[in-house]
Amino acid sequence: MSTRLRFENITKTFGGVIALRNVSFDIAQGTVHAIVGENGAGKSTLMKILAGVYQPNSGSMRLDDTPYQPRSPHDAMQSGVSIVHQELALVPHLTVAENVYLGRLPTTRILGTVRYSALRRNTRALFDRLQLDIPIGASAGSLSVAQQQMVEIARALSLEARVLVLDEPSAVLTPREVSSLFKFVRTLVNSGVAVLYISHRMDEIFELAETVTVLRDGAHISTHAVADVTRAQLIRDTVGHELSAQFPTRNSTIGEPLLSVNALTAARRFRNVSLDVHAGEVLGLTGLVGSGRSSIARAIFGDVHITAGSIAACGAAGPFRSPRAACRAHIAYVPEDRKREGFLLHRSLRENLTLGHLKDVSQAGVINRRSERATARTLANRHRIKHGGLDAPINRLSGGNQQKALIARWLRDQYRIILLDEPTRGVDVGAKAEIYGLINDLAQRGAAILMISSELPEVIAMCDRIAVMYEGRLAGILDNADRAVTQERIMTLAVGEVAT
Amino acid sequence: MKKQTAFLVRRLLAARMPVILVALIISVTLMTDGQFVQFANIVNVLRQVSFEATIAFGMTAIIITGGIDLSVGSLVALTGVAAALVMRATGDFSPGLAIALGGLTAVVLGGGVGAMSGVVVAWCAIPPFIVTLAAMLIARGAALLLCNGQPVDGLPEQVLFLGRGFVFEDVIGKSLPFPVLIMLIVYALFAFTLNRTVFGRDVVAVGSNEEAARLSGISVRRAKLLVYVLTGAVCGLVGLLHDGKLNVGDPKVAEMWELNVIAAVVVGGTSLFGGRGTMTGTLIGALIIGVLNNALNLMHVEHFWQKVVLGAVILTAALADAGLRTLERKTE
Repeated sequence: MSTRLRFENITKTFGGVIALRNVSFDIAQGTVHAIVGENGAGKSTLMKILAGVYQPNSGSMRLDDTPYQPRSPHDAMQSGVSIVHQELALVPHLTVAENVYLGRLPTTRILGTVRYSALRRNTRALFDRLQLDIPIGASAGSLSVAQQQMVEIARALSLEARVLVLDEPSAVLTPREVSSLFKFVRTLVNSGVAVLYISHRMDEIFELAETVTVLRDGAHISTHAVADVTRAQLIRDTVGHELSAQFPTRNSTIGEPLLSVNALTAARRFRNVSLDVHAGEVLGLTGLVGSGRSSIARAIFGDVHITAGSIAACGAAGPFRSPRAACRAHIAYVPEDRKREGFLLHRSLRENLTLGHLKDVSQAGVINRRSERATARTLANRHRIKHGGLDAPINRLSGGNQQKALIARWLRDQYRIILLDEPTRGVDVGAKAEIYGLINDLAQRGAAILMISSELPEVIAMCDRIAVMYEGRLAGILDNADRAVTQERIMTLAVGEVAT
Repeated sequence: MKKQTAFLVRRLLAARMPVILVALIISVTLMTDGQFVQFANIVNVLRQVSFEATIAFGMTAIIITGGIDLSVGSLVALTGVAAALVMRATGDFSPGLAIALGGLTAVVLGGGVGAMSGVVVAWCAIPPFIVTLAAMLIARGAALLLCNGQPVDGLPEQVLFLGRGFVFEDVIGKSLPFPVLIMLIVYALFAFTLNRTVFGRDVVAVGSNEEAARLSGISVRRAKLLVYVLTGAVCGLVGLLHDGKLNVGDPKVAEMWELNVIAAVVVGGTSLFGGRGTMTGTLIGALIIGVLNNALNLMHVEHFWQKVVLGAVILTAALADAGLRTLERKTE
């Protein structure tokens, strides 16, 4: 097998942070090459370099033994390198065919109108070649998620692709959809395309890939032929050895249940979910993206309409009508998407720290500026938020400090139940440890914590019990008092294979 | 070095409003041989901008939430007619009581119509542009219906003071017109509310990131509703003063005011995307437009040209805002 793509000593830094250091490996043509690594290991940075989104600080790439230096995603596509991202980017109101050739629609020479007959012909030829059975005249929005993903792949392949990157394509798919995706990927590989397959899931890697490369903390750790490697070896490579060091230990006594959710159902999101969170306890809530984890937190927080079931929070009976009502029942919620749901981006750190809590620093609706400032300063100091002044806009802070600020907003004694949605996403290692410290601190002071996370090592190290979701149902709750639950056990539940 | 320049440019852009106003006043003074700075003329400019500026403070609050209100002009007409009808009916007993009742009617009616717009905007998730466009037509029609299209006269003569009178005339002479005093009071109230109260901060939060505001336990709907109510009430106040200026309640007044008011807000540096804006900026924006109009009059520039100039000023203000945003993104 000849080499299709070669990374040679790729290094990339952002500010002072090293995202990739001296990464080198080869990808053979006509194979599936899996890339694994934890969040922050450098997978997506490497793929963005491959796609021409970033340029490396040093190092080079060779494509079919010629130098390859894409300046933009457009450049990369012209060279035959395409990426299908996790988030789908089809225009829902246009047809499948229009989506496939978006930006490159065949047009008549004089008037510039779209030649629909040619468009249909091209699309049909492409779909035939890829053995795709999707109606090309349907609107993209009417397709299932799996079909949309295949249309995206088809779009990537409509320009003679040599390398195709699939970024966690199965995260949003059901098992049956995954198997049809795999069949499709094999057809591609047989035609000579090199597929880079990014995934967390061991099963998929062993089923689909010929080769697997592990990245950790921006460095290339290993490249194995899948046939010669064990799962245990891959996990060791992925996780490294200093696993326990970054998780501070917690010493809390678990008390009465503060939050009880009983047979909670929200139409089309999740059904019949029952769980308790006790004082001093951290309950992990995990599962694949789209399995309904975030919806549960939002439902408890009064932000998702509940069709059946009940909630009890510190004696108050829910479901709650609004986030405001949930706050009054001592519930705090830190959302997953900081920029979209957490911050007033252009406003100051001070305003962001006191957002929604100005009552504490005001009389008769008039803010006492001195006490607002004092509160903000106390929060910033206590939680070691590094900032360039309380009045500087929050978007100048680093991701880790932003996240600490977002959590700090809710660290007030009135909140006994804390819902954290991916509290360490996009945060560097140092800030992660501090956030774990914050969580432990809260639990030790008797708060009940529900922590949603996709990072299994974090879930296993931090949570007293682990609830796993599968397709909108609670697949099981694992007792993790001795921190001994394995990733495999969680994943089995998360993909709905076996019931405990 | 580059960083320092960017910092300097940003500070200049951020503080651009007063600078522009002062520069404008100086150049206008020079170009009119000092005619502009004559005391009577300055008072005149202030009086000319006072009505629309008063409403502009309410509009600023609405625009900061990310909304817009096209119904303000029609509301001035509607509340003016309603107040005039009340004053005519009650004027025989006591002029003072009649004016008080008329004013109360105008403010409550204005606030009520604002509340209706606000409820639809906040609860039904319909774009404010459409809601208030409908409110604009309905209120204008209602004004015409109330009085059969005829101006309402026969008001108590004391009402003239509201539109044409001067405060403390015995002490300071004709230097502080009553509508200008009202404008300054409304300015102070709105500036205080926006900067110093929980409600004001809620308004900014809603416009800056509605989702984050809601998830922080802020009542987004209440904030949205209230800005429309307040603006409606201010329109009622102006409706009453306008009766005093004309000595009649006229259903055809204040046509196109919504656009002049929005222009003052935008020239004052408030972003139409919501989340940022100041009452002081709006006051200065209204003054810039007022000074320009006045200067063009003094220089005998043709009326048609005045519109072109005003349009260019609005466009420049919007460009400055866009430039500021780009610069902020780049220096982050």
